[in-house]
Order: sequence, then C-alpha cells, then structure tokens
Amino acid sequence: MREFWLILKQAFWTKAKSTAFLVTTGLLIAGIFLLVNVPIILDRVSSVTGSDAREVVAVIADDATFAALSERSNASEEEPFEWVHVPKDEAGDAKARLLEEEWDAYVTIDERDGVLHAAYATTKMADAMKPRVVEEALQSIQTERTADRLQLKDDEVGALLAPVVFETKNVSPSAKSEEELLQSSVLVYVLMFVIYFAVIMYSSMIATEVATEKSSRVMEIIISSASPVKHMFAKVFGIGLLGIVQLLLIEGAGYIAITKNKQLEQYTELVDFSAVNGWTIAYAFIFFLLGYFLYATLAALLGSLVSRTEDVQQMIMPMTLLIIIAFFISVFGMNNPEHAIVVWTSYIPFFAPLVMFLRVGLLDLPMWQPLLSIGIMIATIVVLGVFGARIYRGGVLMYGPSRTLKDLKNAFRLGKE
Amino acid sequence: MGLRIEHVTKTFGAHRAVDGVSFAVEPGQLYGYLGANGAGKTTTFRMILGLLQPTEGTITWNGRPIDDRARKEIGYLPEERGLYPKMTVEDQLIYFAQLRGMTKRGAKQSLAQWLERFDIESYRKKKVEELSKGNQQKVQVLSAVLHEPELLILDEPFSGLDPVNVELLKEAVRDIQKRGAAIVFSSHRMDHAEELCDRLSILTKGKQVVEGTLESIQRADPRRRIRLHTDVPVERLETIEGIERIERVPEGAIFHTMDESLGQMLLREAMKEGTVTHFEVERASLEQIFIEKVGESHA
Repeated sequence: MREFWLILKQAFWTKAKSTAFLVTTGLLIAGIFLLVNVPIILDRVSSVTGSDAREVVAVIADDATFAALSERSNASEEEPFEWVHVPKDEAGDAKARLLEEEWDAYVTIDERDGVLHAAYATTKMADAMKPRVVEEALQSIQTERTADRLQLKDDEVGALLAPVVFETKNVSPSAKSEEELLQSSVLVYVLMFVIYFAVIMYSSMIATEVATEKSSRVMEIIISSASPVKHMFAKVFGIGLLGIVQLLLIEGAGYIAITKNKQLEQYTELVDFSAVNGWTIAYAFIFFLLGYFLYATLAALLGSLVSRTEDVQQMIMPMTLLIIIAFFISVFGMNNPEHAIVVWTSYIPFFAPLVMFLRVGLLDLPMWQPLLSIGIMIATIVVLGVFGARIYRGGVLMYGPSRTLKDLKNAFRLGKE
Repeated sequence: MGLRIEHVTKTFGAHRAVDGVSFAVEPGQLYGYLGANGAGKTTTFRMILGLLQPTEGTITWNGRPIDDRARKEIGYLPEERGLYPKMTVEDQLIYFAQLRGMTKRGAKQSLAQWLERFDIESYRKKKVEELSKGNQQKVQVLSAVLHEPELLILDEPFSGLDPVNVELLKEAVRDIQKRGAAIVFSSHRMDHAEELCDRLSILTKGKQVVEGTLESIQRADPRRRIRLHTDVPVERLETIEGIERIERVPEGAIFHTMDESLGQMLLREAMKEGTVTHFEVERASLEQIFIEKVGESHA
C-alpha cells in the first residue's frame, strides 16, 4: 500500500506543479470570468470606442403618423436610434441619401384604404431590431385608428386583442415539469460538456504519462520496486485526483463568477444554484468518476503498449472515437431523451457515463435504471482492471514498433507469466 | 545464501532467450555476467527482479524465492537509462529510494553522502534534463545504490562515463562489495570484468559457454602466447612441433600454441643457440576467450 500512495502522490504532484497544468487551469479560470462578464466588457469597449452614437432612421410620412410613431417609441429612452421626420416632398432621392450615409435607414409610410403601408430600407446586413420596433408601433397605431373609425370602446378593443391562454403539460411518468426541465437541461448540457472534456483530457493524459515512463525507461526501475498492477492503479487514481482538483477549481471559479455578477441576475433563474436538483449534481459527479475510471483504465492499458510517446495518440484513437460517439448520442438525446437509441446506449458501459447522465438529468427515471447502468459500468471497470493489469504487466516490458492487436495478444501472454 | 540461479530457462514462443543458466553470487562477491548484445543478459536480470518468470528453473535470494520484500533489497541499474527528465535530481532519487522502502529522512541523508561522493552536489535541485549525459548516468547509478541494497544488479554500468568517472564508479562498487552486498554486473568491456570480478559467466545466445573464477577460466583455456626476446634467428625455432603461429616483434617473436609445455622447450632451444633477454608464457586474455567463445557460436 505504501508504494501505491508514493506513486499516486508522485503522479499527482509532478503534474500539479507542472507549468502546463498551472497555465491550463489559469487560462480556463480566466476564460470563465471573461465569458461571464462579456456584456460588461462589451459595454466598456463600446463606450471607449464611441460606437454608441445613436443611429438615425428617417421617417418619410405625414405629420400625424410621425407624431404618433415618435410618441410611441419615445416612451422608452433605451432606443438606440432616433427618428427624424422628413416630409414627403422634402425626401428627394431617399435611396441616394441613405447610400451617402446621411441616415442609417429610412421608412416610407403611406395610408391606403385605412391600412398603413410601410417600406423599410437599410444598408445594414443584420438590421432586425429597428424594423420590428417600427412594425410594432405601426401596428398599434393602425389598431387605434381602426378602433376610432369603428367607434369601439377601450374595453372592446381590449377584448378583441386578448390572447388565448395556452398551457402545455407532459403527463408521462418520467417527465419533469416544464420549469424543472428548463433548469436541468441547461445544467445537464454544461455538465455533459464537462464530463466529455474531462474524460478525453485526463485519459489521454494517463496514456501519455504511461508511454512517457515507458519510453524513458523509468518504468523498469519503478516496476522492479512496485508491482505493475499497483503502479497502474496508482497512476489512474493520481491523475483522477488531479482531475477532481482541477474541476473543483474551475467550478469554484465559475460559481463565484456567476453569483458575483449583477448583470446576470436576470438569467440566474436558468442556473439557479439553490433550486438545482442536488441529485443532478451528485449524478454528474458519479458519472464523471465512473467515466473517468472506465476510460483511464483503458488508456493506461493502451499507453503501456506503445514504446514512443509519438504513437500514443494513434493508439488511443479508437478509444477517443468511443467518447465522441457517446457525446453525439447524448447531444441527440438532449431533444429526444426517450428515444430507443438513447435508452439502450445508456446501459452500454462506454456510452453510459454521458448518455445515462443525460437521461437521469432530464427525466424522472425509476431508481433502478441509473443503478443498473452504474452497476454495469463498475463491473466493466473491474473486468477491464483485471484484464488491463495483465496486459500492462507484459506491455510495459515490450519495446518495438506498435501493432495494436498483435501487441495486445503478446502483452497478454507475457503478463500471464 | 546469496543469489542462486539454478538451471534457469526462459522461452518466448519458440525463441530460447535464456537456456539453462546456473550461477551463484555470495554476499561480498562481484559477479560478471558477460555476453554479446542479445545474449540474454537483460532477460536474466528481469527474471531476478521478478519482472519475468522463468519457464524452467529457480531463482532464490537467501534461500527464498524473490518476492516483494526481497525486491526491496535489490538495487537495479537498467541498461537503458531511465529517469524523469522534468523532475529534480533530489526529488526523483528520494522518490525511488522511498519506493524501495526507505524513509524520506533516511533517503535524504544517504543522498547527501552519495552526491558528495560522486561530486554532483551542485545539481541537487536541477532537473535531470539539464544535466550532461555523464552526470545523468551518475544520477542513474545513485538511484540503484541509494537504499543500500543487499543485491546490486548493474547492467552495463560503465557505458557513457569518462575514465575519471569510471574510476569513481569502480571505487564505489568495491565499497558496496566490501560492505557485504552481492553484485552482478554485465559489460562488454572485458578489461573492467577482469579487474573487478570474482567469478564470471560468458553468455551467448542464451547459453552459458564459460562459468567460473577468472583464474580457472584462463587456466582452462589451452591457448598460450610465449614471448621470447632473443638474438637467435626465429627461423631456427620455427620447426618445433606444436607452434601454430609466429608473430614477429623487434626484439624477437611471440609463439602461439595450445601446448603449455612447449614454452620450456622453446627456451631451452633458444638458450642453446644464443642469449635470451625476456621469456614469458601468457595465458589468453578474457577478451580473447570472449571473442573465441562468442565468435564460435555466432559462426
């Protein structure tokens, strides 16, 4: 047991103290703060560069319509643009004036047969907001004018415009309420990404680590004092611990960044930490750990088969593909969590960490389903551990070019002895 | 007691990497395990370390098979050097010593002594990758001896060292031997083996072709070089039966023969004809024996 802790500690600290680890973690934390504060930063930037000069929209219309329009939109001071009234006879060649950038856009308004006709012209590619504001204002002007003409009272107008009351409800026993679903899908989405990246990153770290020790022949010294099996599991646990520490740091930073940000308060309903189902977080942790151990054991095994670090990526390619497939299934499952493919793959060990987590997060599953999936994963990890330890024993002593399948067989035979 | 290797064979598929090897190393003894590349030296060492199990035969240390506990008493210098390039000299030597059962404090003390002895104290906090090859080699040696092993296995310990450091290492090896450790080492350099070994084996293609003390091995080899410095013309002596080859030197000649008694005859003949200023019967050097034995099986 003593060697186990020594190797674990060594694996953890040499990585944790490495520049690469510190820089990555620092960048990720900085990235989170940056991302969360994007609106504030954008505001600052635009106030410095002065791009907040209000845009000018020319309104080519009669006096009454313009008055009604500006009255309606002046109500909100927030408008990032201002109306300029241009009487029809003064408009001249409006298109030319727009192209000369006298205005940012113009709208021509006529009334024919009691219906307002507006034509909006702009030179900007993405100009969706201003025409909508104009359209809404004109709609309300037209409603008012029509009501006047028909001599309707205010409450009659109100009754005409009253929206229907529409509510959707899912009565499936595994469904969550609309509100719950919205909250958990954001969380599940984020956590799914975290699990995906963490599993890919740390398992390839393990494979590289093992291959590096093997190629630098440190392996011979280590396994002559501690058994290869001990070495393999100590490595897996050491890097796992490193992963947990890194994730906690990043999640802590994310938590602080979001909760300390005043601007985000309006959105925090989506990521309301207090209201989040504790089970979702717990499941995320469980599935992260299981996914990690599953893939890390596999990665250690594959890493032990190569003699040069350059070959590691090639060797773990099939494994990486498995994770990517699992990720695609779960992205698909975000919208179809009850689809048969999603249900079945949530019990297949290499897909389960992501897919079962998705299902558990989005649906109210009976307890036995996640437990069965967890059980299958644990069993697979044990099998892989036993099998892997044997290959590892042989693999770490084999040098030469890598030929996956043949090596696997040889290592297995060598490990038996 | 000590290390016993008895009729050990290791096969990989159809290939017999080590074939019926036997030898013993007592505490305080230095054993030379010599052989060409691919002769099976490293495989034997790996079996001693328990990294591989023999197909046949037994390996014992102090009468018991080598288990995890016995492994702690072994120091191993692998042929292919292996250190963590990014770790400091101190950190990794302490780590290796701890893995072999030393306490951190004990490892530190031992480290201080050895660093001084090998004259690399100033590299203590340096990363291994910043060291020269020779100094890395010294660090590698330290990783094998720091925990004061009872059994020391050195695979090509002198390769990559300059003559000064070779002497330093020989000195250290002799000290460890004096302390009572059993030492096995492999080498291509026969001069080192001649100088250090109490007993030795020569291995070729997995088979032991020679085993014993240096003295007995040399005695068993019938080849003799008879060096004769004389004013007698060499042609007069050529006709003596049993001489295989004559090598002329300015002062006389060297006669190669398989018959030791020929020496006395040559001397008598020469003295009859003239003066002899130098006469010597030389046994075959270990290098010659090695080349002959290994070359034979390679052919």
